Amino acid sequence: MATTTTANGVAAETPRRAFVRAWWIWAALAILALLPFIGGKTGLISNYGFLQLSLMIVYAIAVLGLILLTGFNGQISLGHGAFFAVGAYTAAVLIDQANWPYWATLPVAAIMCFIVGYVFGLPALRLDGHYLALATFALAVAVPQFLKYRHFEWFTNGVQGINIFKPDPPFGLPVSSDQWMYLIVLATAAVMFWLAHNLLDSRTGRAMMAIRDHSMAASTMGINVAHYKTVVFGISALYTGVAGALHAIIFEFVAPDSFRFELSIAILVGAVVGGIASLPGAVIGGVFVQVIEKYADALTKKISAAVHLPLDLEPWTIYGIALILLMYIMPMGIAGGAAQLWRRIRGS
Amino acid sequence: MEQLIQQIASGLANGAIYACLALALVMIFVSTDHINFAQGEMAMFSAYICWQLMQWGLNFWIALPVVALISFLIGVSIERIILRPLHNAPVLSIVVVFIGLLAIFHSLAGGIWGHTIKDFPSPFPKVTFAGSGYIGPHQIGMIVVTLVLLLALFAFFRFTPLGLAMRAAAQNPTSARLAGVRVDWMLALGWGLAAAIGAVAGSLVAPAVYLEPNMMASILLYGFAGALVGGISSPGGAVAGGFIVGVLENLIAYFGNLLEKSSGLYIVGNGEKLTVALVIVITVLTLKPSGLFGHVTVKRV
Amino acid sequence: MASLLEVEGLRAYYGQTQALHDVSFSLEAGGITTLLGANGAGKTTTLRAICNMVHTEGSIRLDGTPINGRATEAVVRLGVGHVPEGRGTFTNLSVDENLRVAAYTRRDKAATERDREMVYEYFPILKARLTQQAGTLSGGEQQMLAISRALMGAPRLMLLDEPSFGLAPLIVQEIFRIMRRINGEAKVSMLLVEQNAALALELADHAYVLETGRIVMSGKAADVKNDESIRKSYLGY
Repeated sequence: MATTTTANGVAAETPRRAFVRAWWIWAALAILALLPFIGGKTGLISNYGFLQLSLMIVYAIAVLGLILLTGFNGQISLGHGAFFAVGAYTAAVLIDQANWPYWATLPVAAIMCFIVGYVFGLPALRLDGHYLALATFALAVAVPQFLKYRHFEWFTNGVQGINIFKPDPPFGLPVSSDQWMYLIVLATAAVMFWLAHNLLDSRTGRAMMAIRDHSMAASTMGINVAHYKTVVFGISALYTGVAGALHAIIFEFVAPDSFRFELSIAILVGAVVGGIASLPGAVIGGVFVQVIEKYADALTKKISAAVHLPLDLEPWTIYGIALILLMYIMPMGIAGGAAQLWRRIRGS
Repeated sequence: MEQLIQQIASGLANGAIYACLALALVMIFVSTDHINFAQGEMAMFSAYICWQLMQWGLNFWIALPVVALISFLIGVSIERIILRPLHNAPVLSIVVVFIGLLAIFHSLAGGIWGHTIKDFPSPFPKVTFAGSGYIGPHQIGMIVVTLVLLLALFAFFRFTPLGLAMRAAAQNPTSARLAGVRVDWMLALGWGLAAAIGAVAGSLVAPAVYLEPNMMASILLYGFAGALVGGISSPGGAVAGGFIVGVLENLIAYFGNLLEKSSGLYIVGNGEKLTVALVIVITVLTLKPSGLFGHVTVKRV
Repeated sequence: MASLLEVEGLRAYYGQTQALHDVSFSLEAGGITTLLGANGAGKTTTLRAICNMVHTEGSIRLDGTPINGRATEAVVRLGVGHVPEGRGTFTNLSVDENLRVAAYTRRDKAATERDREMVYEYFPILKARLTQQAGTLSGGEQQMLAISRALMGAPRLMLLDEPSFGLAPLIVQEIFRIMRRINGEAKVSMLLVEQNAALALELADHAYVLETGRIVMSGKAADVKNDESIRKSYLGY
């Protein structure tokens, strides 16, 4: 088998070797892919359960988009909900107005969102830290109103939104619609995470991180900072946009008020809780976002009852407290904390 | 013509609120280099406290200073307890903490008082007077109270030793320490003042936009736009910026409506005000981040 | 009787780097002591360490009271006036405001007024430029302002970090002359850090020489000034 050498003379792994080495990822993927066939048949996981799983994976992709931009390239975004919305509406409009098949909308959503992200990344070049956060905050707040713009109504359907339908599984496969979409989402996620992993492992990835760590030093080393920053913005928007498209198809509905500021916050929280600079962190973050959305209400009611508070404790209060505590205790998120723990165990 | 004057007058009234928020934002930014994303929700929470005090029988004009004081203490506590320990943390961590505060204040208001709209009566007498065709008593009230507040603050910073110490601490913390100023407490005071200003703004605007947890979200964006236009490092500039944005957003909507009436062409109208604010924010940040009256900070390698 | 300033076993750190290694010296009340040495020897670090502007270990006593570990502003309030490297002017405040801030901690209005007059007497140019924005003053004027700010805090001990830096010789001579007057008339003890050894030795009573964070020589300023071999080996002239 051919080997390549790295700069310091050590034999590097070929991509194929690394591919095979991550056997446990393959195993996990295989199990996940088989779920509809074993779980569904035996009634272990309901259609609703598959819907939940799909949403977790969708949010994982969305969070991954944000992580690429913020964790690996140092550009803070409080407005990723905007890209999620663009992807969602692209898919919905194409399906509803132009009768496109659902799978064809994904690449279009990807391209649309890349362009939007790249274009937003251009003025963002001048902005750092708080200023960029401010600009993206403004973007997030303005999104619903923007989507309600009168001149867009002919395709967005305005405030009422667009209704679409989940596709039926093809080739008469013995799975339900929900299970089929679950498989689609799983496959998309696998491909996108793999691409992200390769991106980060490459020269581009190293340039991205160099820019994050010290952009002035990076530019003196010959890295075209402006080029990388805008392209990464585009890629980041692409990822979150594809997630949005998938979400629209699964959820079967888009409307301007589905994409309020809270969505951008949820994606950010997922990234921070999962692990802002970690691919596994994106998965944890995605699970977190969906779990919180589903169970936060029930959870907080239980806490409320247990602690006898004189008020209706709301999920976002817990969210907020958790966020602040996390910055103190585990700024690198659950993935970061786990990695630290693993290193300690290994070390001792 | 009458409508135009109305729009300008109402723009000034809204602008008064934006000016207050912008000032609060600038005060925190100048002393700590942080942007308080939670400023709007804190102001909304304070408005609820004011409403509650009024429910318990207090007159608005008594409740207002009480709320300002309570908010001041909350602001000082936030700076001392939550933010101070993180002052060396990376920007993202700080931003996340602000978002956390935003989430807490927003949901706490809903949790304590519920999400239904509350009736918040205007403290200004409903009298008619010359010119009341153009502007209402509450709007005049907003402008007057804001101006009084701003004047008082100006006097405080300009003429009192404490105000001078705060300015010094914000401009050059090291030299301020060498003058014996307790810089950490000056920062906390800045936060307290910002929270108090926000409380006044929130309590003033509540009768106009109805008291509910989502009240301040878009107003905050206008406040940001005002602060940026005026210059996020300049308190006076921020105030001017707030008024400018207030009038500007109304004028743009007004002329948009006019255009539509006369030619049937609709570009922007009342429904696009937030988008306009977004465009202002992006434009200023891109083209002239120091705003009209601020100064550029040199990036040190 | 305790010296005004007693430093024992002082170690100072910038992050992981140790800049001062077991520095010990003392300063008697009423005198002017100078810290000499090449660039990077640790002179500025020593002054910063006294005001706890860098991480320190060891013992620092002001008139018998331990001050290491106290916040900078607390040390200042105990009677230490620090004229920092680079002057530390509040550039966006007026000259008047610069002086007012420096008197922030003082309660005695009459004494503060008297000190103002004293400052105007030493540096009349400041009175002329009272309402001017301090950032627009010349280098020499800013140095005068910096010294005045330290004076307005009514210090017992003044730390001066390279007051001659970047100034024309005539201005430097004038400033040093005034420093001698301040020492004599206002009874302010001084710890002077200077690159310009000749100038410092003219002014000071006692001298220490620092080399890479350690004290390598100590003696009466007059002795050091007159001893050519000491001058050549430690001060390079």
